[in-house]
Amino acid sequence: MARIFAYIVHRSGIVDDSAAELAAAARKIDASAYPTAIVTGWGADLDAACSSLTPCFREIWKIANDALAYSNAEFVRQALVNVLPRNSIVLVSHDHFGIDLSPGLSIKLDSAFVSDVLAIDGVEGDSLELVRQEFGGQVSTHVRCDMSSGAVVNVRPGAFKPEQSAPAAGVVVDKSSAVRALVARRRYLETIVAEAGDVDITKHSVLVSIGRGIQEKDNVSLAEELAEALGAAVSCSRPVVDAKWMEKSRQVGSSGKTVKPKVYLACGISGAFQHLAGIKGNPFLIAINKNPKAPIFQVADVGIVDDVLEFLPELTNKVREMRGVAAK
Amino acid sequence: MVGIYPPSQVTDWLVPSRSLFLTIHVLGVACFLYIVAKRLVPLTRAERDPRFDRPLIRLGRVLKFWLGQWKHPRYKFAGTIHILVFAGFILLAARAFTVLIVGVSENFVMPGLSGRAGPIYDIVTDYAATIVFLCMVVAAIRRLVFKPARYAVPAKYGKSHTPDAVFLLGLIAILMVADSLFAASNAAGHAQRGQPVETLATLSLPWMLKIVIGSMPLATLWGLNVGAYLVHEVTFYFLLCYRPFGIQFHVETSLFSVYFSKLERGTLKPVRWGVRDEHLDQVKSFGVKTFEEFTWKHMLDFYSCADCGRCADNCPANAVGRPLSPRFITIKARDYAFQHYPVFGKANNGKPLVGNVYSEDEIWSCTTCGACEEECPLLVEYIDKIVDLRRGMIDDGNVPQSLQKPLKALESRGNPYGKMEKKRGDWAKSPEVQQSGKVKVLDGNNDADTLYFVDSITSYDDRMQSIGRATARILGSLGKNFGILGASEKDSGHEVRRFGEEMLFMALRNHNTEAIKASGVQRIVTADPHAYNALKHDYKDVPPVEHISEVLAREVRAGNVRFNRVEDEARVYAYHDPCYLGRHNQVYDDPRDVLDTIPGLKRVEMKRSRDRSFCCGGGGLMLFYEPKEEQRMGVVRVRMAAEAGANVIVTACPFCMVNIEDAIKVAGMEGKMSVMDLTEVVDQHMVRGVCDEKREELETATVGG
Amino acid sequence: MEILVCARRVPDTSENEIELNAAGNDIERDELVYSVNEPDNYAVEEALQIRDRVGGNVTVVTIGGEDDEEILRRELAMGANHAVLVSDDAFSGSDGRGIATILRDFVRKGHYGLILTGVQADDGAAQVGGMLAAMLDYPFASLVNSIAVEDGKLKVSREIEGGNREINEIDLPCVLSIQTGINEPRYVGMRGIRQVASVPIPTLGAAALGVNQSAVGEAAAKVRRVDYFVPALSKEAEMLHGSREENASKVLELVAAKGGLK
Repeated sequence: MARIFAYIVHRSGIVDDSAAELAAAARKIDASAYPTAIVTGWGADLDAACSSLTPCFREIWKIANDALAYSNAEFVRQALVNVLPRNSIVLVSHDHFGIDLSPGLSIKLDSAFVSDVLAIDGVEGDSLELVRQEFGGQVSTHVRCDMSSGAVVNVRPGAFKPEQSAPAAGVVVDKSSAVRALVARRRYLETIVAEAGDVDITKHSVLVSIGRGIQEKDNVSLAEELAEALGAAVSCSRPVVDAKWMEKSRQVGSSGKTVKPKVYLACGISGAFQHLAGIKGNPFLIAINKNPKAPIFQVADVGIVDDVLEFLPELTNKVREMRGVAAK
Repeated sequence: MVGIYPPSQVTDWLVPSRSLFLTIHVLGVACFLYIVAKRLVPLTRAERDPRFDRPLIRLGRVLKFWLGQWKHPRYKFAGTIHILVFAGFILLAARAFTVLIVGVSENFVMPGLSGRAGPIYDIVTDYAATIVFLCMVVAAIRRLVFKPARYAVPAKYGKSHTPDAVFLLGLIAILMVADSLFAASNAAGHAQRGQPVETLATLSLPWMLKIVIGSMPLATLWGLNVGAYLVHEVTFYFLLCYRPFGIQFHVETSLFSVYFSKLERGTLKPVRWGVRDEHLDQVKSFGVKTFEEFTWKHMLDFYSCADCGRCADNCPANAVGRPLSPRFITIKARDYAFQHYPVFGKANNGKPLVGNVYSEDEIWSCTTCGACEEECPLLVEYIDKIVDLRRGMIDDGNVPQSLQKPLKALESRGNPYGKMEKKRGDWAKSPEVQQSGKVKVLDGNNDADTLYFVDSITSYDDRMQSIGRATARILGSLGKNFGILGASEKDSGHEVRRFGEEMLFMALRNHNTEAIKASGVQRIVTADPHAYNALKHDYKDVPPVEHISEVLAREVRAGNVRFNRVEDEARVYAYHDPCYLGRHNQVYDDPRDVLDTIPGLKRVEMKRSRDRSFCCGGGGLMLFYEPKEEQRMGVVRVRMAAEAGANVIVTACPFCMVNIEDAIKVAGMEGKMSVMDLTEVVDQHMVRGVCDEKREELETATVGG
Repeated sequence: MEILVCARRVPDTSENEIELNAAGNDIERDELVYSVNEPDNYAVEEALQIRDRVGGNVTVVTIGGEDDEEILRRELAMGANHAVLVSDDAFSGSDGRGIATILRDFVRKGHYGLILTGVQADDGAAQVGGMLAAMLDYPFASLVNSIAVEDGKLKVSREIEGGNREINEIDLPCVLSIQTGINEPRYVGMRGIRQVASVPIPTLGAAALGVNQSAVGEAAAKVRRVDYFVPALSKEAEMLHGSREENASKVLELVAAKGGLK
């Protein structure tokens, strides 16, 4: 069995759940293996990141280089190519960074690449048996990957549950010297932070979230009325922002905000994973959608097949009745 | 009217007065002709527009709309003033002409007015001049003091037009006074000299002026006489030459704008007159992108606008704060023509209209409801221009993203929702429909003599399918042998065409035409006024089409339909005229007659009804467009219904239904107002079994089903 | 600037219901409506806008068969200067790496200063752009949502978490994968399509591109799709089947029970 590595992204020294998820994914490939974490960066942040990984990984490869102070995928790729042994299996989280890093990495390593993997069924000889989705999550596929010359596997965030096994008591190994000069043909300049909107959806415990099913800008008011009655806030999925019906600051998802509410009402949202990736903390999820086959029903706690344009006013009335406010 | 010292005989000026007046005549007329020739220049560069057919019908319209001022009374006060002024001008024409000529040939009398008709004419025109003068005063007060809202010029469109309007009113008033003073001083002079005095109409302006000046010395009278004459002539020619520089040009152009006006309702001009559909691929550019791509009639319209604001006053888009005002569509184009085809100076090139003269939203905001065209006393056309501008934007790929999706879906699936073709006829499989007899799909295995053309929204929208079901049940109960096209029906393309996508429209039309012909039906019924208008006016070579309300009205009159009594006494119904059934196709009474046959049904009329109906917000692709507006048209309409005392709005169009239902929610009037389609009201109250024998006959004769 | 856009014809997810076919080995394709992959369309629009600003040509390429020509025509109608169909039986069954290999060989036959792809297609892999860049040894940036052209380089913004934007400078020639929403693609009407209906579209095969056939096609694929399936749901949502009013009441109950009412 080839050696399994997990590339861990950190932000200013802080590592998120994805590290433990990658460790769990590695166990699905080889139950007896302990994957090696690889972290790149510079200075105190890098050290902090490495120490926080010691509970999940037995070995942590640290690559320190001032060019890697900001995680520029172009640089990271070069560093990894210098450091990784041949035919390794490398797990990466399928997020903005993983999308940027992995396809090119697989070519430079001359390995196979599988993107956005949801489940790992096991190994058959030289083949890795995986599960992916296509068509926006409407169908799943079984995929076979030839890993005889190694593989880079992007893992969907949240697809693998971190294991509660015995702490690993990891050892940090400094591999910085193995990295040759990094060539800069893409240079990081700055990060422009998204404008804070009028409402910070990350601070609300109940969210009324709307998707394409709201159909037009004027109907957003139906969600706002419900939110007002509930004391909640309105958030949305990407298509609503693309159509300019709500501000970007209200978007929940991998390219929007990450929220951790107690209750999440998904109204007219199909359930594409990029949206679900923004919902953490396992809230009570109620989904309302006209399409009984919408992927959202696979992750919801309670589902209702109905037109949100009809259901929302009904619900709003019930809330108002309950509160003793005259139904409008 | 020969004066003591006729104006033609003054000899102690620098030049003999006769020569002066003659010169003014010649110069005045020459200037006018020159100005008009310059104004015609852009029309010579415009697109062609065949408007020379059916001369008798056109003359009839001139008599009705121009001479008869048919549209003016729609605004009672302003209309009355205008009718009086117009009549006054017509009557005064001969008198003015005579006065002008008299300065050169003092014994001139109009042919026909030399005998007894002369003095009678003089008396009539004395009053006419007086009335015109009074109208000028009233009009000026109205403009300056009462300032009716429709004359206001929003800041973005520039400065107020009132100073210019009042200036013109003033000039006409001066003309009347000058004419009256000339007559008065003639009469006063004759009286003092003991010569025969012309009779001045009692209490007319000349009569009152004669009293004022009657006892002045003769020399003064003579001075007033010549002075008034000079003022009259100069003012006359100044007005003549000034009018083509502004809104008063309509005095000259109105006759032509009415004569050449569009004869049919509900139709659209083709992309290019004279280019057949099959040859459209060769046309380099579709639509109107630059000013010169308008037709000459459209340019004439721009000149003919009287800036009365009646169009904008009735435009629903304008009423809800969309960036569209029909009045300024015309005024801005007119100003463009004045700027780029000036009277003094050379014609110069301008920029493309959209983005410079018009904004994109301005052009997309129009629902083509036709209220503007219905109102305009000069018969200025709007819809064809808007559609031509949209054709130009589509040609340039300049389409809002919100419209691109449904257009693409129409192209690939034949409906704007992107739903599958094979599901188009599924609504008819419901058990409620089956009750009144199965709905046949005319797929070659079945035939029928009547086609029920359902169109997209009724086929696919959950709520609107109830209109389809009600219509099918009604047709079944009436014993009609009908069927639907089902999956082989595509969108009628009515809005596709009106949004400027002519080629996609043609593809849809050709597909539907073939399917209709293949079905072998002899008539078409629809409950969708947009489909109705398309099949009636946009489609060629299809069987005659009727709206379900027309069919029902006929059956009701023939006694074939009976209704049960209305159960809920509290319901008060208001019928909302859909634009494409009412205004564009003039079906106003049939739906009302049907409703009035239902025993116990209480019906009220909204303030704006029939040809003044207020658009619900628009249909077809307009449902997908995201306008910038202050409120929804539907909300304004729902409030009108409430004001009229109704709690149920009845309409006869699925798009009106969608818009009004949404509006009821947005306006927070659920529980206080509801909306139903005519077919639903009829279906609810119709006594079944009246035509049962007919239906049974049909079912045994039907093959398959 | 010579700009190349790699596009793909995919089933239009917004106008189709994706279902398994009767045999269970593919999706039901009979009544699918196909169109150009949406992110690719944004990429073409971006390429056209860059061309209109700095001059040059836009070429659109796709790998496939006759059916795929329709998207090339659509992009030509949109304003692209050239369109090329790359087609060969040897290519069928290629995985992402195979596709990238073919594209690399195509790119090497021309001189392109900028190569754009859409960020991902119907399979959600988001891989071809990055692979192509690595094969060509060009710098790469994914999830690009704005591009500014400067001398010999570009300033691009990448979409990252939280709605933030990462600004990078990238040397030319480079490969970028374009995210939806970067611009507002212009409309392509039926008329535009008809006008390019008879424009000949050159087709290039493996030999013309010098493609090493053992590196592409099904045999060379390292990643293969075994089947399509709809998973049995381990955790199913509790579906409410009452009337709308009943459902609303129940939802309110649940929200209150979970502490969702303030």
